[in-house]
Amino acid sequence: MRKLLWATALACGLALAGANADARTIRWAASGDPNTLDPHSQNVGTVTMVLQQVYDMLISRTQELGLAPGLATRWEQQEPNRWRFWLRDGVKFHEGEAFTADDVVFSVTRALAPTSNYGIFVDTVERAVQVEPLVVDIITKLPDPILPNKIASVFMMSRSWSERNNAPRPQNTRQREEMHTVRNTNGTGAFRLTAREADVRTVMTRNNDWWGWKDETSREANVTEIIFRPIASDATRIAALLSGEVDFVLDPPLQDLNRLRQAQNIRVLEGPEVRTIFLAMDVFRDELLYSDVKGRNPMKDLRVRQALYHAIDIQAINRTTMRGQSVVTGTFFPSQVNGYVKEEDVRLPYDPARARALLTEAGFPNGFEITLDCPNNRYINDEQICQAVVAMWARVGIRAKLNAMPLAPFFAKIQRDDTSVYLLGWGVPTLDALYSFQSLVATRGGQPGDGIWNYGRYSNPRMDAMIERMKTQSGEPRMEAIREALRIYREDVPHIPLHHQMIPWAMRSNLTIPHMANNQPYFRWAKMN
Amino acid sequence: MFAFIISRILQALPVMLTVALISFAMFAYVGDPVAIMLGQDFTEAQRDALVKDLGLDQPFWMQFGTFLGNALQGEFGLSYRLSRPVADLIAERAPATLELAFTAAILALLIGVPLGVYTGLYRNSWLSRFFLTFSLVGVSLPTFLIGILLILVFAVWLGVLPSFGRGDTVKLGWWSTGFLTWTGIKALVLPSITLGLFQLTLIMRLVRAEMLEVLRTDYIKFARARGLPNRAVHFGHALKNTLVPVITIVGLQLGAIIAFAIVTETVFQWPGMGLLFIQSVNQADIPVMAAYLLLISALFVTINLIVDLLYYAVDPRLRIGRGQGAH
Repeated sequence: MRKLLWATALACGLALAGANADARTIRWAASGDPNTLDPHSQNVGTVTMVLQQVYDMLISRTQELGLAPGLATRWEQQEPNRWRFWLRDGVKFHEGEAFTADDVVFSVTRALAPTSNYGIFVDTVERAVQVEPLVVDIITKLPDPILPNKIASVFMMSRSWSERNNAPRPQNTRQREEMHTVRNTNGTGAFRLTAREADVRTVMTRNNDWWGWKDETSREANVTEIIFRPIASDATRIAALLSGEVDFVLDPPLQDLNRLRQAQNIRVLEGPEVRTIFLAMDVFRDELLYSDVKGRNPMKDLRVRQALYHAIDIQAINRTTMRGQSVVTGTFFPSQVNGYVKEEDVRLPYDPARARALLTEAGFPNGFEITLDCPNNRYINDEQICQAVVAMWARVGIRAKLNAMPLAPFFAKIQRDDTSVYLLGWGVPTLDALYSFQSLVATRGGQPGDGIWNYGRYSNPRMDAMIERMKTQSGEPRMEAIREALRIYREDVPHIPLHHQMIPWAMRSNLTIPHMANNQPYFRWAKMN
Repeated sequence: MFAFIISRILQALPVMLTVALISFAMFAYVGDPVAIMLGQDFTEAQRDALVKDLGLDQPFWMQFGTFLGNALQGEFGLSYRLSRPVADLIAERAPATLELAFTAAILALLIGVPLGVYTGLYRNSWLSRFFLTFSLVGVSLPTFLIGILLILVFAVWLGVLPSFGRGDTVKLGWWSTGFLTWTGIKALVLPSITLGLFQLTLIMRLVRAEMLEVLRTDYIKFARARGLPNRAVHFGHALKNTLVPVITIVGLQLGAIIAFAIVTETVFQWPGMGLLFIQSVNQADIPVMAAYLLLISALFVTINLIVDLLYYAVDPRLRIGRGQGAH
């Protein structure tokens, strides 16, 4: 009994000691929990938002999403097919192993494994080679001018730790056993993982040995502990913020924003996200799957695509549906992305009369019927956007039926090409235009990765030629290819672009954190008063 | 008795097989797990390999057979979403759901039965009318709305109770309990009221109706004529005879509480099996959904059996009837 008392007293003492002025715990909530903590297993925002607190990359992102030295202090394209990286000296993993070139070789190889979900970031990589203990070369299959942009998304792991724990590759679905890396981490990052209960809480504590604390941007940072808890229900997440149980909400629902702005001690931080919402059409089939037009595909007619474009009153969507929280666009990636050209970011104007004239010209004076596939829980106000589009199209005679569904069946449907028109939102993790061009408008089935999200099966040899040039050229010739491709995109109307999403973050007003366009909070830059 | 139990278990088997088959067939409509697992970037080859890995290229009956064979050995495979064994996940979440359901059921019984007796006895008192009106609210308001209202009042306005989660838990072996910590108990209050309110009002109305019925019978009049004290008449004779339907309903509702804690768990981010199920549905995590549905059907079957057995304990007539049949 006495022992128990002592233990209790000690525990209380520790708890008090933990509550001193230096300890700053930030309680963070979002709707989704990371499915895994394996650094190369799932390339989705909910996973990386936690992993990037724990793991570092060779190249870091600045607050404006530019490139900054990370675990590599310097990098250079020494030959067309070879990039060299000079590594930071004296970096240690959380479990004590020294970080060396061999760990880079291991991590890059792991990201290349068939079970990896990070293949897009190493798609041109042949292999990585250690040159010296702190110098590493990445050999590419073809000249790759944007390798650093992509390598900035590849997390670095320890070879000895991974091999000791039998996790040399990301998890294979055939495996019956759970892999160590699913729930355990060993990074070099600013925070180390101290507790992990899936769907309940994930706790990270400050790694005082992190190399980056000396940096200008982190000098003010004072968060010592992060407690992440997923709260799926929108109302509950906001209630937790209002009642002070949570300090930071990554994804507050739009309908609550006005209320949050008026609440005391709550701040709403708004910024653009690198994600563009657009409509894409089946321009491949000879007859649409979901339409009353038989024997021909109206979407193959440029005039029809232009008519659908002219019919959309994007300002109304921005004002009413998005309540001002969107950046209207005429192209398919935002200005943060390398390759953005302001002159090509121009919409076809809202002009219902012109739309009707174009439809008549194309042989559809009375319009036609079509089904619009739309997710209802993937993007901000996705279903409401589609409802607005349906109403606007109805005014020019296009009778669209809205088919809104949750993301799981929605993606399954469009990935079978089982659609005539659909709404999609596209993020650009590499922050380079090639990623969008290659996935969305390249002819499918050429090079690996070409057109994998091109479910309208748009194909234009001129566009493909420009994309091939983007892959290998650098500097001004590459920029020229992008400009040309953007012009083709505008002329051809393979998509009807709508807007770039704005993402609001909500937090208690004693928290200061830079808003990031990749929708990831970087607590290394956060300050709590 | 033994033969009765055996026959009930044999009856349960086709039920569970049917549930398994129907749920398995439904999975064709929940979405494509492959698409979700691959994320935004993949090649056709990666996709084909994954489909093959998961056995999704086989015909439906083959997939169902494999699933059944594995399920019989207690092997539900690896969750697509969390890359962990399904059995472990369910075992981790079960304590949260069971503690919540248990608390809600106890609350419903401890409050519902006395209220039912009171409103049955004093039909015209203003308090009875108040309880009855209030019970209408419990029956007619949807669970999620009650949950959100409670959160608004007790967490946001008054700030006395937590709005989400389970508080701190203590591990007793593999069982994690929230009963032993103050934050754990506080966290239990709002969800258990939300979950139990419907059952509470149901029990109250049921007990009341039965009491009204029983109080009119001859043996109650006779008991009064014998000069028995009110307490003995109300509780010894009347209440006891209302219990058969109450036990049936409570038993079945207990199953419902566990199975349909889904809504309450979602509102309060309660880390139980219901929340696990919802998250699995969102990401087409078929192994978890299949295991959960099987588990719930097994639960209903078991509860039905227990309810049947309880009848024997409460109602002597059933025992006699059965005895005569055996002659």
